[in-house]
Amino acid sequence: MKKEIIIAGFGGQGVLSMGKVLAYAALMEGREVTWMPSYGPEQRGGTANVTVIISDEAISSPILNTFDVAVILNQPSLERFEQAIKPGGTLIYDPYGICVPPTRTDISIYTIDAMDLAAEMKNAKAFNMIVLGALLRIFDSGNLTYVEQALAKTLPERHHHLIPANIEAIRRGMQAVQSQSS
Amino acid sequence: MNKNSEDIVLMKGNEAIAHAAIRCGCDGYFGYPITPQSEIIETLALEKPWETTGMVVLQAESELASINMVYGGGATGKRVMTSSSSPGVALMQEGITYMAGAEIPGVIVNVQRGGPGLGTIQPSQGDYNQSTRGGGNGDYNVIVLAPASVQEMADFVDLAFTLSFRYRNPAIILSDGVIGQMMERVVLPPFKPRRTEEQIKAECPWAALGRTKDRPRNVLTSLELDPGKQEEVNLRLQRKYAEIKAREVRYEEYLTEDAEYLIVAFGSAARIAQKSIEDCRRQGIKVGLLRPITLWPFPTERIKQLAEQVKHILAVEINAGQMVNDIRLAVEGRTPVSHYGRMGGILPTPDDINNQINTLL
Repeated sequence: MKKEIIIAGFGGQGVLSMGKVLAYAALMEGREVTWMPSYGPEQRGGTANVTVIISDEAISSPILNTFDVAVILNQPSLERFEQAIKPGGTLIYDPYGICVPPTRTDISIYTIDAMDLAAEMKNAKAFNMIVLGALLRIFDSGNLTYVEQALAKTLPERHHHLIPANIEAIRRGMQAVQSQSS
Repeated sequence: MNKNSEDIVLMKGNEAIAHAAIRCGCDGYFGYPITPQSEIIETLALEKPWETTGMVVLQAESELASINMVYGGGATGKRVMTSSSSPGVALMQEGITYMAGAEIPGVIVNVQRGGPGLGTIQPSQGDYNQSTRGGGNGDYNVIVLAPASVQEMADFVDLAFTLSFRYRNPAIILSDGVIGQMMERVVLPPFKPRRTEEQIKAECPWAALGRTKDRPRNVLTSLELDPGKQEEVNLRLQRKYAEIKAREVRYEEYLTEDAEYLIVAFGSAARIAQKSIEDCRRQGIKVGLLRPITLWPFPTERIKQLAEQVKHILAVEINAGQMVNDIRLAVEGRTPVSHYGRMGGILPTPDDINNQINTLL
């Protein structure tokens, strides 16, 4: 098993944190992982992305030019990464704020209305966990034990009381993800 | 496969450096923040080792101050270190040549970014020449270790201190923004206590620890105005460097046994190159990788041997072509050598390297 994933969106959306929870959960499962962020002056409003590789074997390059899965959370990221998805790969995106939808026909495309769901849950911070839920559903990872452990590892202890709310957001994402091709 | 979750740590290369320093009995860290390595001092500040091991952590007023604090600490036999990124390490060169001249141990971590000048905060390997040629004035060398993973970031801190004290010579960990910023699984080294004053006295008879009745005063200086004596110092240093070259060369090979083409790459470039080799092998192209772990001393002999075996050697570096010159010196025309690199904070991709290999066929 090897999955090469890019998660890209605006800075402040929780792109890097989402990647970290995903990477930690895979690590807890006993897999090899790398987590490589874009770094620099990216802040709230700018673009941010993270490459997460999950594999059963040692990982060579943390830097990639093509991906199995792209999780896209804004228009500039869609323009940058749609063509970088391998044929037969997967694109997950939140249609919120997307004016020019993806056009590829050789990949599986899913949508997740995470922005709207987060508003509905009255918790804007749940956004990235809803997206993570969508991704986990597509990966067929119904077991959230490792994700729960990953949250415990990534959140500071004073925020551990928020783990159930995060898990709830992930479950909402798992339910809400929709296949566009069907 | 699933181990006790407490044993599993995912962290950045920069964080691993900080944790490894605390665990390997480091006595002091002196540094000044600069992207992409500020997590080192941030992690040290969060961990507060002064409350546990007694390790000093100090944010100096500049890189010049940092390296001279390392000079002072090293002169007393303490395991002390600093870290910075390219423009900051450029500032430290005076201190480093003084340490080399006075034979003072100490560890300098350089998480490289693109230059020249203030350049970019994105990754680069543009400081290869600076690190492997000394970097400051005079005839000297520093030991240069090039980590290619977060695990090696952790492991090389203790190794750098060990080599630095073994030879009374500064050692550089030459990393880059990729290895510093990426997260991977890491097994942190076990805790090793800081050495006691008595242990330092026994291990470092040269250290400036104050005059005692039972031994003469130690003077550590790089100044010697008598040319005859200064030449003696230089000859002694050259003998030491020859010994380091004979004993401390380290490298790793990947699929070189049957290789017809060889990539030589270090640090993050070696990781990217390894992926392109996986792709080349699937296409039936026999490419191998030699990854120098010590950039100085350089694995000259092994490259010379491999030059007899392969049709072409490609240096992949995130710079304009620096290590490629050391490869050419090793190969001495036995086989063609070329270079591929990117600059300005742009990283070569596995496909870029793959395309380069295809042009050699």
